[in-house]
Amino acid sequence: MKLCVRHHFDGFDLNVSIESPGGVTALFGRSGAGKSTVVKAVAGLLRPDCGFLEVGGTVLMDTSRGIFVPASQRRFGTVFQDARLFPHLSVAQNLDFGTRYAPDPAAVPRAEVIDLLGLVHLLDRRPSALSGGEKQRVALGRALLSGPRMLLMDEPLANLDGPRKQEILPFLEHLRDGPLGLPILYVSHAVDEIARLADTLVLLHNGAITAQGPLREVMSDPADVPLLGVREAGAVIEARVVHHNDDGLTRLAISAGTLDLPGVVAPVGARVRLRVMAQDVTLARTRPEGLSALNILAVTVMDIRAGDGPGAAIALRAGEDRLLARITRRAVAQMSLEVGQTCFAVLKATTVAPGSIGR
Amino acid sequence: MTLDAAAWAALRLSLWVALWATLIAVPLALWIAWLLARKEFWGKTLLNALVHLPLVLPPVVTGYVLLTLFSPAAPLGAGLQAIGLTLAFKWTGAVLAAIVMGFPLMVRAMRLAVEAVDPKLEDAAATLGASRAGVFIRVTLPLITPGILAGAVLGFAKAMGEFGATITFVANIPGETQTLPIAIWTALQIPGGEGSAAAMALLSCTVALGAVLLSEMLARRVAARIGDRS
Repeated sequence: MKLCVRHHFDGFDLNVSIESPGGVTALFGRSGAGKSTVVKAVAGLLRPDCGFLEVGGTVLMDTSRGIFVPASQRRFGTVFQDARLFPHLSVAQNLDFGTRYAPDPAAVPRAEVIDLLGLVHLLDRRPSALSGGEKQRVALGRALLSGPRMLLMDEPLANLDGPRKQEILPFLEHLRDGPLGLPILYVSHAVDEIARLADTLVLLHNGAITAQGPLREVMSDPADVPLLGVREAGAVIEARVVHHNDDGLTRLAISAGTLDLPGVVAPVGARVRLRVMAQDVTLARTRPEGLSALNILAVTVMDIRAGDGPGAAIALRAGEDRLLARITRRAVAQMSLEVGQTCFAVLKATTVAPGSIGR
Repeated sequence: MTLDAAAWAALRLSLWVALWATLIAVPLALWIAWLLARKEFWGKTLLNALVHLPLVLPPVVTGYVLLTLFSPAAPLGAGLQAIGLTLAFKWTGAVLAAIVMGFPLMVRAMRLAVEAVDPKLEDAAATLGASRAGVFIRVTLPLITPGILAGAVLGFAKAMGEFGATITFVANIPGETQTLPIAIWTALQIPGGEGSAAAMALLSCTVALGAVLLSEMLARRVAARIGDRS
């Protein structure tokens, strides 16, 4: 996907240029960063001052050549924050709304989508009789059954509470990894969703892009900590499940060694995605002894970036992976931490919340 | 209190005129209501004022304006007569008067209904592949059906009761332009006509009441079909 949007409105300038290899591209930004404008321009609901959009080799918008494919012909299955189900139609009728416009209506995997999203028992209901999570599942199914070339998701989980989120995230992971394999543009201000779903991450701030690239690189870049938020920042690394222990801990292999973590449900041999919060990583010059923390990794300091406040973000290399630690500037000075130095990262076993473990 | 043949003829004519007026006015009023609710264009305020004018003008003046525009002597009236449509002093003119007088009521009801539809739902339908016409037919129209019905009933009732503009434009010709209200008025002009007037007034009330009940029933059925709007 290739996207360029320049748009000026209400004294706000949006200037965005995104290139992504496919998979899940996440667009992160705080409210007011210009995310919804990007979504509207991609969906074809807004005609930007200047724009270019190409998906899978098809040019859908090129204002310099006067190309603007209308929303109805772009085939971007769109899931909005407010599910926007049609109140006069049943769940089944909502689901089938877009199928007749699909390039090959007969090829739409209706039964699979209904089964995957667990909608069978809801088909005869009215949207008004659904819970928030159910509404979003129907909206997602409706988008999938319109035969889309790409899924466009605008804060699809923002209106849901924690448990309802957990109800939907696995479906999204399945969409990313499963046979339906659609490219997804995922817009969100929730770092946990992005860490779990995205392949490519784009950071948007005040209408401009401050960083973009593979998720692991962007998430582990200390320069991006202020935008992601000091409490939300943290590297994402991939691990393989080695075995489940009787005491509830699971041994995971990463490039720099092993980690023992609780709450891992994936089967042995599965690849899981770990989010290691920067604030949960402690650094030591020498290998610490007699600590309650189980997971200690030898790491190399790659970068030290002092924040505006008392904190500093430290980029670390652990084997092939990158980690991010957030410690105080005073600690940096006292440890006389320098780039290139080897030290030890201490990860508390509880670092990885169950919600951030994904396929 | 008896209903003679003339009274029945007046009722039939009134129903006929009101039916035609409603059938013609509904699509037109819907289009204008949609324009006023959804579009910004040059002259919108003027169009809005024009639509509402018959509501505030004395009906006699509206009838006079119609007569001036559509009499065979006027260019517009002559043009229509050339293609076989005579309005002045014909039942067709009564239909036009009923349309013009009922139009503001219809547009108001339908505009409210269109404004109540969330444009975001229409956006969602477009992203699913529906063309503009598809969005209107499959999303907007079903959601505004109660408003259209309400507008249609108001317009029908107005057409049944229209007096001032009709008598000014198409006069009082029994069997051609003498609608029920005009027939009642005529009966009251004749000594001893009170009985006939009362009977026709009662008939008029019955029809009006029936229309309101019918619209209530339809609206309820539509509301049940459409479900909660949240």
